[in-house]
This record gives sequence, structure tokens and C-alpha cells, in this order.
Amino acid sequence: MIAVIDYNAGNIRSVLYALERIGVEHVLTSDHDVIRAADKVIFPGVGAAESTMKHLNETGLTELIRSLKQPVFGICVGMQLLCSHSEEGDVPCIGVFPERVKRFRPVNGDKVPHMGWNNVKLSANNNWVSKEVDNDFCYYVHSYYVETGADTVATTEYCGVEYAAMLQKDNFYAAQFHPEKSAAVGEQIIRDFLAVDN
Amino acid sequence: MLAKRIIPCLDIKDGRTVKGVNFVNLRDAGDPVELGAKYSLAGADELVFLDITATNERRKTLSDLARDIARHLNIPFTIGGGIKHIDDVDVLLNAGADKVSINSAAVRRPELIDELAYAFGNQFVVVAVDAKNVDGEWFVHLNGGRVKTEHKLFDWAKEAQERGAGEILFTSMDHDGTKAGFANEALAQMSDLLSIPIIASGGAGNKEHFADVFTTGKADAGLAASIFHFGEVGIKELKDYLAEQQIPVRPV
Repeated sequence: MIAVIDYNAGNIRSVLYALERIGVEHVLTSDHDVIRAADKVIFPGVGAAESTMKHLNETGLTELIRSLKQPVFGICVGMQLLCSHSEEGDVPCIGVFPERVKRFRPVNGDKVPHMGWNNVKLSANNNWVSKEVDNDFCYYVHSYYVETGADTVATTEYCGVEYAAMLQKDNFYAAQFHPEKSAAVGEQIIRDFLAVDN
Repeated sequence: MLAKRIIPCLDIKDGRTVKGVNFVNLRDAGDPVELGAKYSLAGADELVFLDITATNERRKTLSDLARDIARHLNIPFTIGGGIKHIDDVDVLLNAGADKVSINSAAVRRPELIDELAYAFGNQFVVVAVDAKNVDGEWFVHLNGGRVKTEHKLFDWAKEAQERGAGEILFTSMDHDGTKAGFANEALAQMSDLLSIPIIASGGAGNKEHFADVFTTGKADAGLAASIFHFGEVGIKELKDYLAEQQIPVRPV
């Protein structure tokens, strides 16, 4: 059973539909016991870091997520919240990844939010995403980005910076883009996550 | 590198896809979900669904449609048509829409943009603007171009951005349906003025028009309806052509 964490973030529905299309059993839940017992956990998200962290702290989800032992996949804001700190609202985050979240500073007429299809360049240390994904396009929507660091397993470039498109450390996996909205490539990445060893 | 987006637009009336020529004569071009899936497989980067039905049942019809689309498609889509209240938007987002497009309601009550951006985030809010050039100056028009307002296009687009729009979908009523190319001059001027992405709409007739709108027009995305619906330009053929012109696209 895959648990998708329900925490009032926007656009969780599209992750559920993606799992439905793949045909894997899943549940949308904020129940700590259900999340703890799941084979894998997906932590999706669209929303502002500050208000979302407040909600996660108040409901004990921050502590719970940090303590999970099964594979956890953070998507978009879910990835950013797994980092140590966000410049969006200057707020401490869950802290699974030591990386920090920064705001894009537009250069050369680049528009913010970074919205649309951009490359995913797999790093040499990426041992879980199918190789054919390398350099293909995925769908991004975000105004803040995660700096590259030791946990970076894929990168992309925008506003003149190369930043983390994917992170991985121990049982935590994360993508800045929306695999659930990234056509066949995105579906492959979700399948790759579902196939990682518990 | 961020790709320029190709966006087929599906106008929906009573659950079916239609396309108006200059917004008046409607031709039936099929089932929206099926057509959307076809475009997704063909390599469209995103889809826009605009409901032009004018009935009280619209809210439910639109949310059912959003749910159907979100279930079956794995690319992002925007849905719009007659959205007036924050409640309309809440229903659509819960159904799985990635973005909503607002038009007349935002002109009538600009605070709607602030409210939606605050509640759901800028990236959910596409402000659609229909404009016509009247004696050398662009004015915002409502009701499919029939009603002129006193809003000047560039001032309104800037205000929409400041209030929290995540994107502007600009349709030139002068170009729409002509198949003679996009309003590149006005688009470029808007692109220089704004820091959010601009979707160009109105006037697409061939592949070259898309190359022009991404270079001269500085647009981030190009939207068209009938040329796609009636197979006059294929998405793959279009993207292959743009790639040859050194324009960044997501290959099919």
C-alpha cells in the first residue's frame, strides 16, 4: 500500500490519478499509523512553505516524516520541505536533506515562476532512475529552488543557476518537477520509485 | 533549457469541443477528453479547456470535465470559462485542474486575482486577456470581443501580474481566426514589460507563425485551436520545424 500524505496542499489529486493510471493500490491519508505502516510514502505538494510548515508542525507530521524508515518520495514543494530551510517565509523545514531552498533571481528576461518543460540531467550517483530518462524533459512549476549538494541525483538549469532537480539520501527521494504531470517520462520515474527496495 | 510550449486550446460547449471562427461560427470538433488524450500522445506540452456554455449547470459540468481530464491525461491543463468566485476555483482544483483561467470576472472585480493567488498560489492563476487595437491603442475587450472596456491592455496585464497572476494568456481579437500570424509586436512589448510567462493566442496559421511568436513575439507558449483540430499543422511536424530553427522545444 502506498500512502499519499494529506496535508491540505494543492493539487494532490493529480498524484492520486497518476497512481490510479499505473494501477497501484494507494490511500490519501493524514493518519500517522496508516502512514507509518505503508510500504511507501508519497509527500506531494503545491503551496507556500511557511503556512505548510506551520500545518506540518502543528499536526506532528514534521516529526513523523523525519522518522519514516520506508521509501519516501517528496514532490515539488514536498521536496523543498524535506530540506533544512526555505527562503520562502524564512522558515526551518523538515531537515532530512541539509540543502537550502532559495528564490530564483530572474536573469536575461527569464520569467519566474519557472513554468514548463525543462531537462532532467541525471547525476553519475543516481542509482534508481531509469537511464533513458537522462536529459529528457519534465514539467516544472516553482519560484524557489534547491541548491545542489551531496544528495543531488539530478540537475537542471534556470535563471542562470544549475540546481537540484532530484535529491536522494537513505530512504528519502525527491523531485522538484511534477512526475505526475510529465507524460511518459514522469510515469517512468514514479514506477522507478515504486520499484526501489524497502 | 526551458522549452517553448505548444498548447492546443479546446473550446467546450455542452460537453463537446468546438472552435469559433472569430468567436462566432462554431464547428464541432469532438469529445474533449478523447481529443485531449490525442494531443497529449501527439506531444502537446499543455492543454487549455475553455467552457463557453452559458447555463446554470456550468459549475458542475466544468468540475466533472476537470476530473475526467485529470484522470486520463498526464500533462498539465488549464480550465476556464465563466469563473466568477473563489468557490468555482476550489471545486476545479479539487477535481484535479492544474490551473484556472479567469477573464471577464477579473476585469469586473480585479481583487479576484489577489484572492485566488493568496488562496491557491500564483501558479494556479492564469489571467486571460482579449484585446483589440482601436486607433493604434490596445484595449481589453469582454464577452468574446463584443464589449470594449476602458482598460488599456498593457496597464491591465501589469496590474494582473502585480495582483498575483502566474501567467497571462493574451488573445488578439484582431488576429484570432485570421490564420495570418500572431500579434507579435504587442506580445513582445508585453513580454518586456512583465516578469511572468505569456501565452500567445490568436492568428496561428502555419509553423512559421509559431517560430515568429517565439522569436519576434518573445512568447513563452503558443496556443492554437482549429489548425490543430483540423489537422492543418501536426504537433510533431511543428516541433521538428521549431527545433530546426534552434527554438528550444520538448521533442516528440
